[in-house]
Amino acid sequence: MLRKNTTPGKLIVVEGIDGSGKSTQIDLLHKWLQTQGRSVYFSEWNSSALVKSTTKRAKKRKLFTPTTFSILQCTDFADRWENRILPMLKAGVIVLADRYAFTAFGRDVARGVDREWVRNLYSFAMQPDIALFFRVPLDIAVQRITGARAKLKYYEAGMDLRLSESRIESFKLFQERILSEYDHMVDEFGLTVIDGTLTVQTQQRLVREIVKQELEGWEGLAIPEGSPHMRLQSDLHTGKGGK
Amino acid sequence: MMPKLKFYGAGFPYRDIGDLPGKLIVLEGSDGVGRSTQTKLLRRWLEDEGFAVSDTGLRRSEMTQKGLEAARKGHTLSRITMSLFYATDFADRLENQIIPALQAGFIVLSDRYFYSIMARDIVRGADPDWAHKIYGFALKPDLILYLKADVSDLVSRLIHGRGLNYWEAGMDIHPSNNLYDSFIDYQSELILLFERFSEEYGFVTIDAGRPVMDVFTDLQNQIRDLLEDQQSILEEDF
Repeated sequence: MLRKNTTPGKLIVVEGIDGSGKSTQIDLLHKWLQTQGRSVYFSEWNSSALVKSTTKRAKKRKLFTPTTFSILQCTDFADRWENRILPMLKAGVIVLADRYAFTAFGRDVARGVDREWVRNLYSFAMQPDIALFFRVPLDIAVQRITGARAKLKYYEAGMDLRLSESRIESFKLFQERILSEYDHMVDEFGLTVIDGTLTVQTQQRLVREIVKQELEGWEGLAIPEGSPHMRLQSDLHTGKGGK
Repeated sequence: MMPKLKFYGAGFPYRDIGDLPGKLIVLEGSDGVGRSTQTKLLRRWLEDEGFAVSDTGLRRSEMTQKGLEAARKGHTLSRITMSLFYATDFADRLENQIIPALQAGFIVLSDRYFYSIMARDIVRGADPDWAHKIYGFALKPDLILYLKADVSDLVSRLIHGRGLNYWEAGMDIHPSNNLYDSFIDYQSELILLFERFSEEYGFVTIDAGRPVMDVFTDLQNQIRDLLEDQQSILEEDF
């Protein structure tokens, strides 16, 4: 259980395994909300400038264990939470997050850390107003990822788990475990499941419907009159995501 | 023999750490209480006795050292972020340094353990239960020696030693206009927490408000008791 969002802002997150299409969907949602004249802030998983050099170094030298991987990613999240996400929510902004605590609950448990332990780690975070889980069958996700990318990275493929010598095989086994964790979280955290095999447009229509309903009768932070097309400073993009 | 509970919580469920023939000895206590001096003395003594010794302390992890130092210099660390960055450092040293050394039969002298990190977190407003549960992966030490001194002792040692500094005075949370008042407030709060932890985690309290060699003798006696069986093996060699 995460604590309730008590701020005047709205928190909307997208979740799913790699290749589920969630980044495409949140990007479209972001642009649509801006066009609607909303104050929107976007935050991406693993993008804190404070933690970046440490993560990079540890990945390069393969220094991570499941525990240190988990705590360092939570450090990254905490930096974004304390300095960006929470202040924006308090100001009444719509915060869009590409991946949230549920990603850690999926991946870190798939790596072997204790379920309750990692839930405690993130217990300072709030339950999103909308948590969308883009569900796709494993083989489709794998096809999308291996088709679009030159090479799977070591940790991305879960090579540290020593499930298989082959990166693709390891990736499949790793994602399979994550998918099963996500399925458990649907009830636990009330995730809204979106069928990620539908066309991009159909999915986006569903997403907008859900968001529209949530925002009905809600005001949020106003954009100053006469200000140009509003774009709040976003976290630096790190070149990740399934595009 | 009953297998002792090795961890405060779930430990590392993905690996079996097996037997740990070494001993984990922790020195806890306030800033300026003399922990590093005692650690050096203990290391030399134990090595003279023929034990292999490894020592460790906060912020020495290969993974986080550079990043954590940079973040501290910039004073850009928010409370939860700082707690977790320190927890990463601690976990890395535990898994990659302390446990391998214990597996190899070393005596590990740890200058501070997670109790200090937790105390700082709690003084800064962290939920004690949250902080405690994070360290569910932490190994229970064989011996926790708590060097206890009054704030006035700490002040006189530091002023005649390396001086008062920003973090040790908790200036990030007590933005008083002078280092002295901040130091007194902050360290007094920490000492109260150490008192609480002392019971909770079974610290052996050593009065550190005495000359260095007196404190050292007390520490030696505690460690001798712990190492009794190893000691006798050692004596047979002579």
